[in-house]
Amino acid sequence: MATIAYPIPGILRRPTSTAGVWGWITTVDAKRIGVLYGVTALIFLISGGAAALVMRLQLAAPDNTLVSAGTYNALFTMHGTVMVFLFIMPINAAFANFLLPLMLGARDVAFPRLNALSYWLFLGGGLLLHLSFLTGGAPDAGWFSYANLTEKPYSPGHGIDYWILSLQILGAASIMSSLNFIVTIINMRCKGMSFMRMPIFVWIVFIVSFLLIFSMPVIAIALVLLTADRFAGSHFFFASGGGDPILWQHLFWIFGHPEVYILILPPMGMVSEIIPVFSRKPLFGYRAMVLASVFIAITGFAVWSHHMFSVGLGPIANTYFATATMLVAVPTGVKIFNWIATVWGGQVSLKSPMLFALGFVGLFTIGGISGVMHSSPPSDLQQTDTYFIVAHFHYVLFGGGMFGIMGGIYYWFPKITGRMLSDGLGKLHFWLMFIGFNVTFFPMHFVGLNGMPRRIYTYTEDMNFGALNMLETVGSFIMGASFLILAYNMWKSFQGGEKAGNDPWDANTLEWSIASPPPEHNFDEIPEVRSERPLFDQKHPELAHHPPAAHAAAAHHGHRHIHLPAPSYWPVIMAAAVTIAAIGLIYKNYPVFGIALGMVIVTLYAWVKEPVFAETKE
Amino acid sequence: MGLRYAPLRPLLFVLAGALLILVIAGCSSTDPQSTFYPKGPAARDQLNLFLLIFWLAVAVFVVVEGALLYAVIRFRRRKDQTELPKQVHGNNKLEIAWTILPVIVLAVIAIPTYITIHKQKDPPPDPTGKPIMVDVVGHQWWWEFKYPELGIVTATEMHIPVGRTVTFTLFSDDVVHSFWVPKLAGKTDVFPLQVNEGWFVADEPGTYFGLCAELCGLSHAQMRFKVVAQTQADFDAWIAAQKAPPAPAPAGLAARGATLFATKECVLCHTNTGPDGEGVQASRARAFENGGKAFAAPNLTHFATRKTFAGSIVDTNGESLAKWLLNPDNYKPGNRMAQLASVYTDPAKQLTRDEIDALVAYLLSRN
Repeated sequence: MATIAYPIPGILRRPTSTAGVWGWITTVDAKRIGVLYGVTALIFLISGGAAALVMRLQLAAPDNTLVSAGTYNALFTMHGTVMVFLFIMPINAAFANFLLPLMLGARDVAFPRLNALSYWLFLGGGLLLHLSFLTGGAPDAGWFSYANLTEKPYSPGHGIDYWILSLQILGAASIMSSLNFIVTIINMRCKGMSFMRMPIFVWIVFIVSFLLIFSMPVIAIALVLLTADRFAGSHFFFASGGGDPILWQHLFWIFGHPEVYILILPPMGMVSEIIPVFSRKPLFGYRAMVLASVFIAITGFAVWSHHMFSVGLGPIANTYFATATMLVAVPTGVKIFNWIATVWGGQVSLKSPMLFALGFVGLFTIGGISGVMHSSPPSDLQQTDTYFIVAHFHYVLFGGGMFGIMGGIYYWFPKITGRMLSDGLGKLHFWLMFIGFNVTFFPMHFVGLNGMPRRIYTYTEDMNFGALNMLETVGSFIMGASFLILAYNMWKSFQGGEKAGNDPWDANTLEWSIASPPPEHNFDEIPEVRSERPLFDQKHPELAHHPPAAHAAAAHHGHRHIHLPAPSYWPVIMAAAVTIAAIGLIYKNYPVFGIALGMVIVTLYAWVKEPVFAETKE
Repeated sequence: MGLRYAPLRPLLFVLAGALLILVIAGCSSTDPQSTFYPKGPAARDQLNLFLLIFWLAVAVFVVVEGALLYAVIRFRRRKDQTELPKQVHGNNKLEIAWTILPVIVLAVIAIPTYITIHKQKDPPPDPTGKPIMVDVVGHQWWWEFKYPELGIVTATEMHIPVGRTVTFTLFSDDVVHSFWVPKLAGKTDVFPLQVNEGWFVADEPGTYFGLCAELCGLSHAQMRFKVVAQTQADFDAWIAAQKAPPAPAPAGLAARGATLFATKECVLCHTNTGPDGEGVQASRARAFENGGKAFAAPNLTHFATRKTFAGSIVDTNGESLAKWLLNPDNYKPGNRMAQLASVYTDPAKQLTRDEIDALVAYLLSRN
């Protein structure tokens, strides 16, 4: 824009180029931020996966000495934390960022710079967590980090401090992107897109964003209290000073249980987009699916103590939490039945996205059923903290989450890159992952019921855990190998995969109505929709309840300049400053901490004063 | 049609084979930690509840997965299908039905659950009218068992009489642990601020494995214990042995060991003169938290009556004791003895081979 009322110092000018590496670093385009999230999450997946494979090697045989007790504790802590916070959450955010504006018929999200800041903070938090490894003191108290094991006398190193501060940063990033998504969904739906015409994936992003802004502050508070204990000698969780370790468990699970739904709902949304397309039918019971998701989300806040049946909360509390937990099975069951009903009577093509989506339904069902199995406290007292639970939540988060995410990758990769992935390799990937997954995790039910507790780095031969553990280790490497096929498939696609075109799957939603990859401004003309399947309506006007308006493209033919938010330096600088401040705090280096905090404030000022648009040369 | 099913066939073989291996490898009555072979009413009720839920779960699994597989196979798209299938958006009756149906199944689980919760809330009456009381104390990384009414303090092996109700309180002197004897009862967590309560009854004599089920630090995997269920007569004999005053050390090697036990500062943490006084262990635990050189440690007055030591993972004998004393990290990584005791932290005070032999002789004479 040429008209600026006051002179702007050079340092506050916005970058004008979107090309090259700097274009990616300063980008505020939700699609590019989505790609950054996705690529970063896949790299962190390698870290979390490698930790899992080393653990499986260690447990393959009794009395194994491949890694020490300390290393093993660090491995499962990193595996859990990385998979939850650095893989599933950000890859869900990747899909949400890329797809939300496209599915809503919008040009971008509501707060593009805040969106960029969320990504860079996530990267900073993720790198901070991994820095603990390089400095020789990885966190080792589990992803749940139960107090008071995390207090100074019992965890004297810096590992827990790294864990606390990186989670704090990651939480802030999640809250920011959630607020952004909520505002975007409420305000930026295109004409005709009422709430009940939003794609189901958008609905789920909307619901999950609320879950995040209500649950993340709880863990943030718990982390602040733990920080005070570790840095300032307070006694919130320190029993001999009168603090209560059980308080940590309540706070953690009040966050932690909604967190499970934060992880699993987006893959449910992806599957709910994929199954109708490959069955050539609309989603069965769209309204019921929305309501079920809302119900699951609300109930998510009311069941946290089912993680704590052995804590000794008393029969009344256990009875309540058992009942509430069983109730979660009802909306979850509705979803599973609706997916099956969507397939029923359709014309199913088993392309790779559909295989993964169906794998999700089949495997998530097992995780759901085993979830009901330990909703009963007396029965759960034998199962809690055993490998039965490990089997259960991997059926939910891997059998469900990972299969759903892989379905999403095979489905939307052509839209994101413009090129198809090989369907044959995709099927090979699916079957290897499916077999490897079940060989790894199904025996864990049995070894758990046979009494193998979680988080032990070794077991003696007389326990008779050896045979099944060996089988699980074999399975885990089959599963690991399946990801190499995905990597090869992507590499081959970049080398010259088949061009995708606008709509390779004959899909229903708006993102498939435009080019692949989509232009920076998404839509030449903002579309107008009449149902939850706008593209289907365009392709089949004879079936639409309300025929779509004669398309506007002809009427407004002339090219109009579309204003897009300009790139900005400040998000990445602020995220760097926050991360450096955290490192300063960990080592109690207060000058570094102070300077970095000062930098945050300066950046905030520059952020506010930055002009809305880049100065153009016209 | 046949060809379309073909890809599923190897999958079925894999599944059937895997199940077979699991059943053979997974559940043997001799497995020490198995939850399938309860030896007391608490664990038995828990197993019965589990089995009810399990068979319901199997039924739900077969119906849901069967419907999914059937739908996918039956409704595959044929090459000649160009027309769209019927565009069904939903069916209210069906959707209401599969909302209500799970509620009924859940009620079948919920009601026995409530009954069992209520039943297990209080211990069953003891045949003699007076249950055996045990205070269970969790420490990093070993279990202490105190019998307040009998004046006994022991570690690692909990003795109980069969057929009697055993009620216990659980408390930790450091971090959170969880007390679990799968064949007798499910888990009860052990906290440093809240005193929990539990109970079990053993039907028949035997040695039942137990372990800590909550991550509690480096040697969490080695924080095991045993429950020795005995006839009343054997149990009474055990009480008598535990209540006996400490035997004087036999002259020679063991007597030299007794002296070393005092001079090498073992006594800072280990009591060898009868039960520990009230609060002694707790004050050792507090000393550690404040950076001191003490930690709560097993009472060794009648050490040699215990068949295992070091978190019940090592058999008590001369060879294993010597290996332990040479370097406790051999058995339990990160244990507090190797971390705090001056014989391990100060090279000048290191135990010689002879001193270790003397200490072993002394410890093995603690009957």
